Amino acid sequence: MNIVVCVKRVPDTAAEKKLDPNDFTLDRDSVESIMNPVDEYGVEEALKLKEAHGGEVTILTMGPEGADKNAVRKAIALGADKGVLVTDDRLHGSDALATAYVLALALAQVEFDLCILGSESTDARTSLVPQGLGQLMGMTALTDVKQLEVKDDSITVQREEEGGYAVIEAKLPAIVSVVKGINEPRYATLKGIMGAKQKEVQVLSGDDLGIDPAMVGLEGSKTEVTEATPRPPKEQGELVKDEGEGHVKLADFLQQNKFI
Amino acid sequence: MGEIWTILDHDRGDLKKVSLQMMTAARKLAGELGHDMAAVFLGSGYDAAKDKLGRYGAVTVYVAESEDIDGYLVQPAVEALARMVEEKSPDVLLFASVPMGKDLASALGARLGAGVLADVVDISADGDRLVCTMAVFGGAMNTTCKIKDSPQIVCVKPNAFVAEEAPGEVREERIEVSVSDEAKKARVVERVQQEAGGRPAVEEAAIIVSGGRGLQGPENFRLVEELADVLGAAVGASRAAVDAGWYPHQHQVGQTGKTVSPQLYIAVGISGAIQHRAGMQTSKTIVAINKDADAPIFGLADFGLVGDLFKVVPALTEELKKRKGG
Ligand SMILES: Cc1cc2nc3c(=O)[nH]c(=O)nc-3n(C[C@H](O)[C@H](O)[C@H](O)COP(=O)(O)OP(=O)(O)OC[C@H]3O[C@@H](n4cnc5c(N)ncnc54)[C@H](O)[C@@H]3O)c2cc1C
Ligand SMILES: Nc1ncnc2c1ncn2[C@@H]1O[C@H](COP(=O)(O)O)[C@@H](O)[C@H]1O
Repeated sequence: MNIVVCVKRVPDTAAEKKLDPNDFTLDRDSVESIMNPVDEYGVEEALKLKEAHGGEVTILTMGPEGADKNAVRKAIALGADKGVLVTDDRLHGSDALATAYVLALALAQVEFDLCILGSESTDARTSLVPQGLGQLMGMTALTDVKQLEVKDDSITVQREEEGGYAVIEAKLPAIVSVVKGINEPRYATLKGIMGAKQKEVQVLSGDDLGIDPAMVGLEGSKTEVTEATPRPPKEQGELVKDEGEGHVKLADFLQQNKFI
Repeated sequence: MGEIWTILDHDRGDLKKVSLQMMTAARKLAGELGHDMAAVFLGSGYDAAKDKLGRYGAVTVYVAESEDIDGYLVQPAVEALARMVEEKSPDVLLFASVPMGKDLASALGARLGAGVLADVVDISADGDRLVCTMAVFGGAMNTTCKIKDSPQIVCVKPNAFVAEEAPGEVREERIEVSVSDEAKKARVVERVQQEAGGRPAVEEAAIIVSGGRGLQGPENFRLVEELADVLGAAVGASRAAVDAGWYPHQHQVGQTGKTVSPQLYIAVGISGAIQHRAGMQTSKTIVAINKDADAPIFGLADFGLVGDLFKVVPALTEELKKRKGG
């Protein structure tokens, strides 16, 4: 069973972010980058499936030059077989659905039974990529999966829904996006990290994929960012030390603000 | 004159609050854009939704009732919507920014080549374009975005708008739904409800009470649940509490859990690590209960109570019960 995991490199949550004042895209050189945290669960799920069913795990990312470093390489160190980086200056500023378009073209070049994504990325948090990808590839996309089982050519998942979950059945090949609760990711071993340095990450350009430039980048995206401002720091409110009456003061606060 | 559509989020006709919030936003925007307002009902159980729709000012309701829409994931609804959009060319489509709404919006956008914005917390009109506001990077920044062409597809976060009644006449238009075999690939085997006692889900609740490691064990989540129940709130949890196995992951708030912006967020025994704040700092009012006066969560709090949660929380629950009773 061959699996592709899509991972995204995102700025470290703790880092201060700077946006380019002209096009409001992230100045990615200014911050430390990490693999999108939820994508780690996607990688783990793929490695578990490989252990159970055999096959190869390929890691796919789209991003600027060097975007493979903290994301693809990390997944290879954990046990993935190979990596693909799609990079092209013309992709700069692509929105979620333009990204899905590029990933769909890249996936069309790989034979796979299952494509795994994270449920959302921490920077933009749109969660739009997985379902957009399914639509563009004409493939079933099952999102927010918290448990997954593959048997022969079918897949059964538990999908998180408000207040509960749904059990869904579909045929492979399929696309799934996973949530954090699905597994416990492993840690990389020193041997894995050393070994990952030897492995090649294939680099593909827009032309390699036959991308229509009118569909990607700032120009080709159907949405545009018109303004970006840091959130004004919140003013700290009242701080009360409990001396036996703290709960009464808090109840007053809640009542004044009409929460009861 | 174009149309602005609200795609209703409902559970077999039981309309979610976000649907009424979206209709309120749609009404305001319809005025500014000079559009007609319509609501779209997909799935089964329309009769249960009818009265409420009239109270919140639906003018036209497109009713696409079909068991297949509930029985198979996403695709039957997308097929039906795509056909309706092609026929009626609405200018704006509002979806709920919850997993199902975002799935539909994304699939429809990809299918039609239309622009989609998610997690939108405010919308205004600039000429014939919508200007949408959303928080990015875990609430560290606000951005405004536009969609370049029509249709403009926007996913609206629950609690971003306050629902206001505006009674109106409902005009129903039944839509014929024929679902292709191609669309029946992801079959729903069963739906399992886990939430006890009608407690709301974290992603939609107007009030959330969350517990963290300060609770010291799974049995003490009872304190959080009891407080939540007096307030009609959902129960959230920090990652530390979830990873310790005290509460299910589905309730986790933060970077690797849910991003929420309720009217009121109460953090109990939660320190306020940046990854937790990333999921809740856009909440409108924040209350923190923590014994450590230096806990970072207090930096966000509109009201901070420095104290022992084991004393304060049960006492608060009792106090609120008393006030509600009287
Ligand atoms: C990649 C990544 C992703 C993450 N994603 C998330 C996420 O989605 N959500 C999340 O929450 N965290 C997330 N974290 C973890 C985060 O960094 C913190 O470790 C976590 O939020 C801490 O949880 P806590 O506040 O419950 O525990 P602690 O930090 O241990 O805080 C417990 C608090 O309880 C207080 N306390 C103890 N006893 C009492 C008492 N009797 N009365 C009152 N107060 C008391 C203490 O003073 C303390 O402030 C993530 C971390 C990483 C690295
Ligand atoms: N540039 C990218 N390269 C590879 N995968 C991506 C990229 N952007 C998003 N994804 C995948 O899509 C998931 C959801 O991201 P998003 O829709 O941006 O919230 C992520 O967890 C990744 O698995």
